[in-house]
Amino acid sequence: MSHDEGAPRATGFTVLTHEHGFHARPSILLTQLAKRFSAKVWIGLSDNGPWTDAKSVARVMALKAPRETLVFFAAEGSDAADAVSALVRLVQSDFASSKDQ
Amino acid sequence: MSSSKATAYLRGISASPGLARGPLVRLEEGVRTGTRASASGPDEPTRLRSAIDAACAELTALMQRAGDADTEALLAFQVAMLQDLVVTEPAFTAIAARVPPEQAWLDAMELQIRQYDSADDLYIRARASDLRDMRDRVSRVLCGATITPVPAGSIVLAADLPPSRFLEMSWEGGGIALTGGSAHSHVAMLARARGVPMLIGLDPGILRVHGEALLDAENGMVITSPDAQTTADFVARQQTLRSGRLVAESHLALPAVTASGERVQVMINVADGAELGNLNPAWCDGVGLVRTELLLRDQHDLMDEAKQYEAYCRIARWAEGRPVTVRLLDAGADKPIAGYTVDAELNPFLGMRGVRLSLLHRQVLSTQLRALARAAALRPLQIMVPMVTSPDELDQVRQMLNGTVESLAKEGLDCARPALGMMVEVPAAALTCDLFEADFFSIGSNDLIQYVTACSRDSRPLAALHDPLQPAVLRIMREVVQYANAHGIPVSLCGDMAGDPRCVPALLEIGLRSLSVAPAALAGVKAAIARYRSEASEEGHSA
Repeated sequence: MSHDEGAPRATGFTVLTHEHGFHARPSILLTQLAKRFSAKVWIGLSDNGPWTDAKSVARVMALKAPRETLVFFAAEGSDAADAVSALVRLVQSDFASSKDQ
Repeated sequence: MSSSKATAYLRGISASPGLARGPLVRLEEGVRTGTRASASGPDEPTRLRSAIDAACAELTALMQRAGDADTEALLAFQVAMLQDLVVTEPAFTAIAARVPPEQAWLDAMELQIRQYDSADDLYIRARASDLRDMRDRVSRVLCGATITPVPAGSIVLAADLPPSRFLEMSWEGGGIALTGGSAHSHVAMLARARGVPMLIGLDPGILRVHGEALLDAENGMVITSPDAQTTADFVARQQTLRSGRLVAESHLALPAVTASGERVQVMINVADGAELGNLNPAWCDGVGLVRTELLLRDQHDLMDEAKQYEAYCRIARWAEGRPVTVRLLDAGADKPIAGYTVDAELNPFLGMRGVRLSLLHRQVLSTQLRALARAAALRPLQIMVPMVTSPDELDQVRQMLNGTVESLAKEGLDCARPALGMMVEVPAAALTCDLFEADFFSIGSNDLIQYVTACSRDSRPLAALHDPLQPAVLRIMREVVQYANAHGIPVSLCGDMAGDPRCVPALLEIGLRSLSVAPAALAGVKAAIARYRSEASEEGHSA
């Protein structure tokens, strides 16, 4: 995670409750959502990293985060705060909001 | 066909049941690296780029006729991976270093696949075959290769079958025989959903076999070069199986009635309500078991009365007035919840689980009781307590339930006092069911069998000992059913045994007239009930 002085930054975390952890569908939904923001977005399993590109489905799945782990988000860019809160909400909703679409 | 060859029986593991007869057809797999000895030129990255785009377009087209959400999700995974620069970038970097695109692509994909192959999680490991599928699709486009179609009615032989290839083929009458494969793979799910028989884990020697074969995914074997008699027997079994399925399907929408005209209640087991979408409530007599563990996944859910209330109301509304029985949180043993269940017990199945844990965590229990009593105001709902061993445990829950209803009324909230019954799954409770003040009984056969026989549910070598039809199990169940029937206490059975058509006659014979089964088992169980004529009625009430 590189720091660009001056760019807005945001962090947040939540518990991953999805039955299968970050399996294919949750990973796709997460990266699709992350890509909607212009900010750089990272995901990690601890508050001090290592940080992974949250816009890469391969990287997110490679985290192999099981159910009941804490996931941390960090973002940097003009819409960083929106990105983090949207991602936290997606995980907290158990990826449900997009389930029926 | 191959009368000169001897009939051979090859063992495999069934990943999707059924019978198929047809010629063995070897599926060509992977793609050999192109022999194009092309030096890297300015058009090479573009060739890979357009092959990836073309593969994405093919997959998107397949998605449109996938027909189910799971398959769409699987194809969406391949598309998402193809569109992920992390996945594709190494190939373009290699091309820039003069590696031919065919090889660069294979190398880049190998990096990804290796990570999945080495995963501990079965689900993640099964995704490796999706990645190979995606790799081969792009490679095929790169080499300009076309796929020879497999004739319908073939038994497809391969090391593994990619789900996207499955979707491209016509399976009428055909089957799948794999030397690798996994019952957890997506293609196994597809095969089960579409009724295509499939075996996995066959000896690789089968890949060299040609000619007519019989695929028996009921008994886990492929019979190659069958003689005339074996084939005739097989065809007869196919017909029986087919008509059995048709008969079962014809029973789905009808109430369950035995051959002697007795009505039997058939209810369904529900996990979190998501499975109710495609199910007509008129096909069942209610919900005999709501497993709340899937609704309550973590500490936050356990204390979230509003979320639970919504979930119970949703299921109750679906049932349209038919009774719904909700089981109190049955955590512990194979169903841990972080911060709630006890870790590192030496023998968790004999430890803190079900009501034993509920009585330790009164706040959690009280939250669930509040949500249930409020939902009961809306539609008929009853509460079932799991893992009850002594009458005192049920008494404690009843006192709490009464207290809950009182305080809800004081708060001015709509509520009703649901009936309070118990699971009969601990032998101590089964043997003394007359000592319990339960409004109803529901026999939990899965645990009862393992506790009566002292055999772990999932131990394969012990399968014969924990046979649900063995006399000790049936005798202890009959005691419970006879006591309940004699005293007008409703009694049902909600374990896997109820959903097994083979066990249905025995359950009816011990006097059960109410079963609760997985939604997928409804038709088969109703058909088994329709075939049943009680021994007593056959003997002209001599019993």
